[in-house]
Amino acid sequence: MTEMTLVEAINQALMYEMQADASIVVMGEDIGKNGGVFRATVGLLERFGIERVRDTPLSENMIGGLAVGMAMAGLKPVAEFQFMGFMYPAMNQIINHAARMRNRTRGKLHCPLVIRAPYGCGIHAPEHHSESTESLFAHIPGLRVVIPSTPARAYGLLLAAMRDPDPVIFLEPARLYRWAKQAVPDDGVALPLDKCFILRQGTDVTLVSWGSLMRETLAVADTLAANGIAAEVIDVATLKPLDLPTILASVAKTGRCVIIHEAPFSGGIGADISAAIAEQGLLSLQAPVQRVTGYDTIVPYAKLEKYYLPDETRIMAAVERVMA
Amino acid sequence: MKIVANYEIPFYQYLDEQSIPAADAPALMQDTNHLIRLYQQMVISRTLDNKAVALQRTGKLGTYPSTRGQEAVFVGMGDALTDADIFIPYYRDTATLMQHGVPAADILLFWGGDERGNLFADADKNYPYSVPIGSQLLYAAGVATANKIRKTNKAVLVTCGDGATSQGDFYEAMNVAGIWQLPLVFVVNNNQWAISIPRTAQSAAQTLAQKGIAAGIACEQVDGNDVIAVQARVAVALQKARDNQTATVLEMLCYRQADHTTADDAGRYETAGVREKEWQKEPVGRLQNYLEKQGVLMPETISVINAAAVTVVEEAVTEYLAATPDQPTAMFDHLYAKLPAAYAAQYAELKMINSFARNG
Ligand SMILES: Cc1ncc(C[n+]2csc(CCOP(=O)(O)OP(=O)(O)O)c2C)c(N)n1
Ligand SMILES: [Mg+2]
Repeated sequence: MTEMTLVEAINQALMYEMQADASIVVMGEDIGKNGGVFRATVGLLERFGIERVRDTPLSENMIGGLAVGMAMAGLKPVAEFQFMGFMYPAMNQIINHAARMRNRTRGKLHCPLVIRAPYGCGIHAPEHHSESTESLFAHIPGLRVVIPSTPARAYGLLLAAMRDPDPVIFLEPARLYRWAKQAVPDDGVALPLDKCFILRQGTDVTLVSWGSLMRETLAVADTLAANGIAAEVIDVATLKPLDLPTILASVAKTGRCVIIHEAPFSGGIGADISAAIAEQGLLSLQAPVQRVTGYDTIVPYAKLEKYYLPDETRIMAAVERVMA
Repeated sequence: MKIVANYEIPFYQYLDEQSIPAADAPALMQDTNHLIRLYQQMVISRTLDNKAVALQRTGKLGTYPSTRGQEAVFVGMGDALTDADIFIPYYRDTATLMQHGVPAADILLFWGGDERGNLFADADKNYPYSVPIGSQLLYAAGVATANKIRKTNKAVLVTCGDGATSQGDFYEAMNVAGIWQLPLVFVVNNNQWAISIPRTAQSAAQTLAQKGIAAGIACEQVDGNDVIAVQARVAVALQKARDNQTATVLEMLCYRQADHTTADDAGRYETAGVREKEWQKEPVGRLQNYLEKQGVLMPETISVINAAAVTVVEEAVTEYLAATPDQPTAMFDHLYAKLPAAYAAQYAELKMINSFARNG
C-alpha cells in the first residue's frame, strides 16, 4: 500500500468520491489545470472534466454563493478556498444561507456542501495565509467544522464531510500537508463526524488538541511516557458539534487536562471545552484546567511566527503545572 | 486614440403614460384575455397589499414591505414565468410568488414571523425569501449553474432592488453568469429608493442596467409601470436563457408608492409631492385606461374583478389568522438533517420548559 501525505490523502478522497457520486462538483481558484495552490485537486480535471472541476473567477463571495445555490439545486459542491484568511468575503453566504437554509425552509431545501481551506501558521507565508479562526465558524448553528490531523483522518473525514447532508467547513492544517506519510487505503471508508479520536490511552493527564498542533501534542506525550507519565491524547477532529462526552470521560479518569490550540486564547474553542469541564467535571479535577494557545495577537509574519505557535516547551510547562 | 467598444442601453415601453400603445408593441397588446388576466393579478396584488398593511397596523402581521406602485414589475414577471422556470425572490415579490404557485396565506405567514411561511420552497420552482440584500443573486448563479450542469433546460429568474445593485454580489453574479453562460435572468426592481437612499445616491451610472455591460451580458431598461413591457421583455429573456443559455439583466423603472416597509416613515426623507407626481405613471390605472378605451373592460367587470380580489385575499387572511403557532422545538428540528447529540440536552430543556408553560 502506498504511503501518502495529508494533501495526497485529500486528493485521494476527492478522486474516490467524485467517482462514486456524480453529483459532486469541485470548484475554486486555480483548482483545474493547476491542481490547486497546494495541489490538492491535481488530476481531477483530467479525470472528471470541466463540468465537474470548475475554475472560478477570482471572487470568494461568489464561490460561497455558487456553492449554496448548487447545493440547493441538487449538486454537492466541494469548494476550495486558497487560504482560510480569504474565506471571510464568503461569510455572508456561509452564515446567512448555507447554515440556515434547512431551518429557514423547514427542511424543504438544504445545503450539502463542503468548504475546504488550508489553515494555520508555520508555513512562512505572507500575511493572511496563517489564520486559525475556526471559532468563527464553530459559533454558527447549522454548520459543522472539521479539522483532520493525519493523512488517514484527512481521507476518512473528508469522505464523511462529502457524504454529510449539511454544510461542512473542512479545515486542513497547511503545516502538516506534507509533513508525514502514512498508508491510506483507498477503500472509501469514511470516519465518523461529531466524534473525538482517542489517539493514545493514558491515566495521568488528558491532552486535548486538533489539527496542526496534534504533532507537538503527541511529541509531548512521548516525552511524558519516557518519564513515566501516561497521557491520554484526544484529537477533537470535529470542532462543531463538540463531542464533549469523550473529553469529559477522559478527564474523569485522569483528573487533569491541558487543551492545546493554535487559535487565539480568547474565544477559542478551548474555552468551551474548559467551561464544560468546569460545569460537568469539576469534582474529578485534581488541578485547574490549563490552556496552551496562540496569543491574543495578530499572527506574526514569518520571522516571528515560531514565537506565536505553541511549541513542545509551552505544552510541557502546562502539563507540569497540572501535574504539580 | 480610437474607440474600441461602443454600448447602447435600450429602453422598452409598449404602453405609455397616456395608455397609448407603441408601434412596436408585441402581440400581447391585442390579446384582451391575457391583458385582463394581468389586470386582475395587479388588482389582487394591490388588494392584498392594502390588507397586509392594515393587518400590520392592527398588530396582526409583522413588518411588511408594500409593493404599492410596483405591481407591474411583479405581476409582469409572474406572468412570464412558466412551470419550467425557477424563481428566486428577494423579499418584495409577493405577486410573482403567488402567480408562480405560492399560496397567499404562506406569504402572510412569513411576514407574520413564522418560518413555515417558507414551506413553499422547492428547488425546481420557488426559492425562499432572501433578506441579506443582494445575496440571493449569487446563489441564483449557483442554482443556474446546477441546472445547466444537470441539463434541465430550466431558466432561473432572480430579483433585487436598486439598492442591491451597489453590492458586489450583483456584479459578481452577473460576471459569472456571463463567463459560464448561465440560463439566468436578473430583474432589478428600481423603485427609486433603498429605504431613505435615492437612486441617484446609489450610483453615478446613468442606468443600472448598464452594469451588465461590464459583465458581458445583455442588458436593458424597461418601463416598470408598463406591465405589457415587463411581461414581454421578461418572457423574451427567459426564452433566451432556456434556448441559448445566456443571461440578461433587466432594469425595471417604477416608483415605490409607499414607505419602505411598515416600520419606515418616508416623510422623513421623501420630498413632498414627488409621490403624487409619480402616481401619474402608476401601472394599474394605465392598463385599465387602455382596456377601457379598447372597450373590453366595463365598469361591471371591474366591480367583479375587485370583488373577486377581495375574496381571494379574505380567504388567505382567514387561513393565515387560523394558523396555530409552531412548536418551540421546531427551532431544533431542521437545524441539521439529524440533530447532533451535542444539542440533545438543549432540545430537552426547551421541550420541558415548554411543557411546563403549557400545563401551568
Ligand atoms: C446586507 C443588508 N444590508 C442592509 C439591510 C437592511 N435593508 C433592508 S431593505 C434595504 C434597502 C434595500 O433597497 P433596494 O435594494 O432598493 O430594495 P427595495 O427594498 O427598495 O425594494 C436595506 C438597507 C439588509 N437587509 N441587508
Ligand atoms: Mg429600491
